[in-house]
Amino acid sequence: MPAPYSTFTSAVIPLPRENVDTDQIVPARYLKVTDKAGLAEALFRDWRFDENGCFVEPLFVLDRPGMSGRAVLLAGDNFGGGSSREHAPWALAAWGIRAIVSTSFADIFRNNALKNGVLPITVEPERHRQLFELVAADPGVELTVDLESQVVHLPGDEDLPFDVDPFAKLMLLRGTDELGYLLDRRPEIDAWEAMHPARVDTRPSSGGS
Amino acid sequence: MTGPRTIVDKIWDDHVVAEDAGAPAVLAIDLHLVHEVTSPQAFSGLRERGLTVRHPERTVATADHSIPTHPRSLPILDAMAAAQVEQLTANCRDFGIPLHGLGDPGQGIVHVIGPQLGLTQPGMTIVCGDSHTSTHGAFGALAFGIGTSEVEMVLATQCLLQRRPKTFEVRVDGQLASGVSAKDIILALIARIGVGGGTGHVFEYAGPAIRALTMDQRMTICNMSIEGGARAGLIAPDDTTFEYLAGRSHAPRGEAWDTAVAAWRALPSDEGAAFDRSIEIDASALEPMVTYGTNPGMGIPITSTVPDPEAQADAGQRRALEHALEYMDLRPGQPILGQKVDVVFVGSCTNGRISDLRLAAGALKGRRVAEGVRMLVVPGSDEVKREAESEGLDEVFRAAGAEWREAGCSMCIAMNGDQLAPGQYAVSTSNRNFEGRQGKGGRTFLASPLTAVASAVAGAVADPRRLPGIEDVAAVGGR
Repeated sequence: MPAPYSTFTSAVIPLPRENVDTDQIVPARYLKVTDKAGLAEALFRDWRFDENGCFVEPLFVLDRPGMSGRAVLLAGDNFGGGSSREHAPWALAAWGIRAIVSTSFADIFRNNALKNGVLPITVEPERHRQLFELVAADPGVELTVDLESQVVHLPGDEDLPFDVDPFAKLMLLRGTDELGYLLDRRPEIDAWEAMHPARVDTRPSSGGS
Repeated sequence: MTGPRTIVDKIWDDHVVAEDAGAPAVLAIDLHLVHEVTSPQAFSGLRERGLTVRHPERTVATADHSIPTHPRSLPILDAMAAAQVEQLTANCRDFGIPLHGLGDPGQGIVHVIGPQLGLTQPGMTIVCGDSHTSTHGAFGALAFGIGTSEVEMVLATQCLLQRRPKTFEVRVDGQLASGVSAKDIILALIARIGVGGGTGHVFEYAGPAIRALTMDQRMTICNMSIEGGARAGLIAPDDTTFEYLAGRSHAPRGEAWDTAVAAWRALPSDEGAAFDRSIEIDASALEPMVTYGTNPGMGIPITSTVPDPEAQADAGQRRALEHALEYMDLRPGQPILGQKVDVVFVGSCTNGRISDLRLAAGALKGRRVAEGVRMLVVPGSDEVKREAESEGLDEVFRAAGAEWREAGCSMCIAMNGDQLAPGQYAVSTSNRNFEGRQGKGGRTFLASPLTAVASAVAGAVADPRRLPGIEDVAAVGGR
């Protein structure tokens, strides 16, 4: 369960690539783990290292000087498409990423990220372009992400408001998870099931219903 | 909800358990499919909280993603994969979940076995920790992929928290030409709308070209909904659906069957139901499709040429295309036909069902895989494998010089040792051509089984319509 999501200030990791898919975030060969440990190493593995296990030249953005410790990833359009692997937000969170800014996010990735303390922030294409320009002009520029107020504070007192699902926001701010909420709904689930018989039985001996 | 409803509305309304103001709906899940890769951490979560599985008899598991496709008598050499499979077995035993593991005649790719066992039925909500769960939408079910946290939620409560999705009608008119297949319809759709085009939506595929498809072909289309950004895609059930289901081991029988069919006939979208978006595709105008780039939206008709980044108006798209062509080592303007191929893969939850193998074998019969090309044929399930062998399809593949392997995800996700070497080109009937998807540095052209066979024979990307006798193959293959 992630810690309550608090306001933070960080410089930005720029990743100006469109359609970054979950196979790039965590290559499939790292999905053989049975826990969540060690996934930071798998993050963007094949963009960071060549076939001999050496850093690529020029270095991938995560490995460039000054990038360590940054918690905001500024990515190209449509981030997180492809597989449902939650290993992708696990790896991002393990690396220290707490917010990703893009013009859009794939549905499953967005859901998975919100459950792991990684906030997807959707901005308009024009603002997105301006953010990349801002970071290009001043690579050390710091942003403050304030989930409570749903605002990213930019230098010069400029504010960038963003939308977030109100329920997901509540879960993040409290540091609780959806399973707790669902478990509290068990009386309603019991009542519903009493009215709605099972549609199928998966047991091999069951035959038809 | 009043007024005309879409099939998505109907299934949704039938499954809402509770809905608090400001919160997502508590949605009941009818069927939960589990596999070895996305479930271990969910079971660990249950143990940490001291929870049980609420409905093990609405849950079913198999091992498919990380398993080898060499003979089952050999051990799993990859220690991590072996541990994952062992853990799945232990978890299913401890929590009472039916498991079709290695050596079980029901084993196979999770999206192949659900329909095959008759577990996948119209009107259901179906989830799995796998994005290609959209496959089951072919039966008129609302089926979508979930993350591991959600796997844990469904195990514990048989429910999920969900917001009602938007709807996107994909109407496919006309009739497919010989040598053009369901795979080409879905690749054409994704090429048109892009990999993010369906985000936030559920596709409903409709129109005469969809009605004319077999269940296997419908599954191929729904399978790749996620590649167009839609978590789910579905097709209203009809007589084709009911004929497929009748008599399958977990389908209703006798009086229960008649009651079920009557309910299923009420599922199709009402006349005048409104969709949030819609698009029309003319199947008659489609050619075989092939991808040239590093996402499934980068697809072209097979007689076209590789697009030129300079011609892209949008800077982001230009950059993405330049990057993709560099990775693929292709030149703008070059024809895709004739591009050399090292490996051909026929299989996966997209195109690893029996009719896919019949089409591939029909096209390959009496021909040889080109010198220097490795062709793998991987059945989608153990049952598909047995059925293919009973029809002698394995002999056709072997005689042509292809490898005939055990069931699994194999080179679609390349977790199990079946993979490309860096720089190799593959024509693959699978669903993703992402960088490194089929092995680090590997390059993937997505295409139909017929295009895959034509390319295996030519040793280069080839047009299946030019294979002599293709009309006869296409005519019988789909049944």
